[in-house]
Amino acid sequence: MATTTQPQTGAKPATSLSNEEILRYSRHLIMPEVGMEGQLKLKNAKVLLIGTGGLGAPLGLYLAAAGVGRLGLVDFDVVDFTNLQRQVTFGSDDVGKPKTEAARARLANLNPDIQIDTFETKLTSDNALELFKDFDVIVDGTDNFPTRYLVNDACILLGKPNVYGSIFRFEGQATVFGMPDGPCYRCLYPEPPPPGLVPSCAEGGVLGVLPGIVGSIQAMETIKLILGRGENLVGRLLLFDALAMKFRELKLRKNPNCPMCGEHRTINKLIDYYEFCGVRGEEAPGPDVQVPEITPRELKSRLDRGDDLFILDVREPHEFQICNLNGHLIPLGELPRRVHELDSSREIVAHCRSGKRSAEAVDFLRKAGFRKILNLKGGILAWSDEVDPRVPKY
Amino acid sequence: MSVKVMIPTPLRVYAGKRDSAEFSAATVGEALGGLTSQFAELRKHLYTEDGKLRAFVNVYLNDEDIRYLAKENTPTKDGDTISIIPSIAGGAL
Repeated sequence: MATTTQPQTGAKPATSLSNEEILRYSRHLIMPEVGMEGQLKLKNAKVLLIGTGGLGAPLGLYLAAAGVGRLGLVDFDVVDFTNLQRQVTFGSDDVGKPKTEAARARLANLNPDIQIDTFETKLTSDNALELFKDFDVIVDGTDNFPTRYLVNDACILLGKPNVYGSIFRFEGQATVFGMPDGPCYRCLYPEPPPPGLVPSCAEGGVLGVLPGIVGSIQAMETIKLILGRGENLVGRLLLFDALAMKFRELKLRKNPNCPMCGEHRTINKLIDYYEFCGVRGEEAPGPDVQVPEITPRELKSRLDRGDDLFILDVREPHEFQICNLNGHLIPLGELPRRVHELDSSREIVAHCRSGKRSAEAVDFLRKAGFRKILNLKGGILAWSDEVDPRVPKY
Repeated sequence: MSVKVMIPTPLRVYAGKRDSAEFSAATVGEALGGLTSQFAELRKHLYTEDGKLRAFVNVYLNDEDIRYLAKENTPTKDGDTISIIPSIAGGAL
């Protein structure tokens, strides 16, 4: 029984199971598809989980339960209260703890026989190859495009399978990249979207159980890869629509001209993925769009002074129900159609939840000729923090 | 040829919240043209300024990527489904 933070290199593969292990995994062993041989494969397998959040939760739990002998967990984040809606490895008393630490405790409790290595670090081009090399299978449970490309490229360079899963609101995707004759992430998406175009879970929301389903599918694919059983998702993009409860499948072809895994590779080392994804570049609109701002405290002073300010709320109606500043509600998506409701001779302060969407609104309105328009910096969240704590945060 | 175009979640906000739309079209390009005519805001999310399909958006005719067929000239038949699959990254967050 060993749970350490340092990977043991050079350990000899296990050739037998203890009586206790045989009892623990009895439901695997009585199936011919697994048997002693399969369970030993699991015991000798080394799987690295990139991300211990929504997808990482079922992944960690089911891979530990299945007896994967060595699990690596990579995450630099701490447990946040809002994570508990879906990241089911964590408990209420884990809030504030590093995710790798909280996950390790939970998984070690579930299965004390496996080795759990934690890497409380951001995955970067400088550490990815070193981190991945001692593991057999990499599972991508991350939440941003630069890391998705980084994981893909590192797996292709090292020849490791990449069990991919991703989610958005109530839709999920799953597939296996990185197999010898199969496609890679770049075959599917040669280029990332500009930043700000596809919202994160914090902005778009997510049905908590969705990563539970997609992450479990990833765990299943990982186990099948280790056992060498069944048909895996290589060359198949599994699409899941939770609201319609429909699974669909699309063919994923290996792109013969793929710069990473194609016949003539042109990418031979890891690059700057943030630059590739335009996160440091211009690319508007997005979180980096520069617009004139007003802080919540400044807004409060001006309102108290009696200034004639028009508050424009660009959130959605269901958000307005949670809390509001009595603003005029025009959801961002409707703004182009409803701009006639605004009087450009009045001074307008636009706000949303955190200041991102309203920055886009201000940018749009300035381009439409509005001159007296300000973005509320930090949105209604900052208003709650700095001006009126009675306003709930969400 | 009546074809159904499936609209993925991240783009539904630009398509009046619809998850699909039907068009009469002889090719994939025509169907997408019908879509962006009906929902003009979708155009900039699907196409670059010079009218090319954006590289982070994949279009499938039934279960086959159009890049491996005839791209936007791929002929369609009655009852075909065109799927737009943009990249999504949510996972750990």
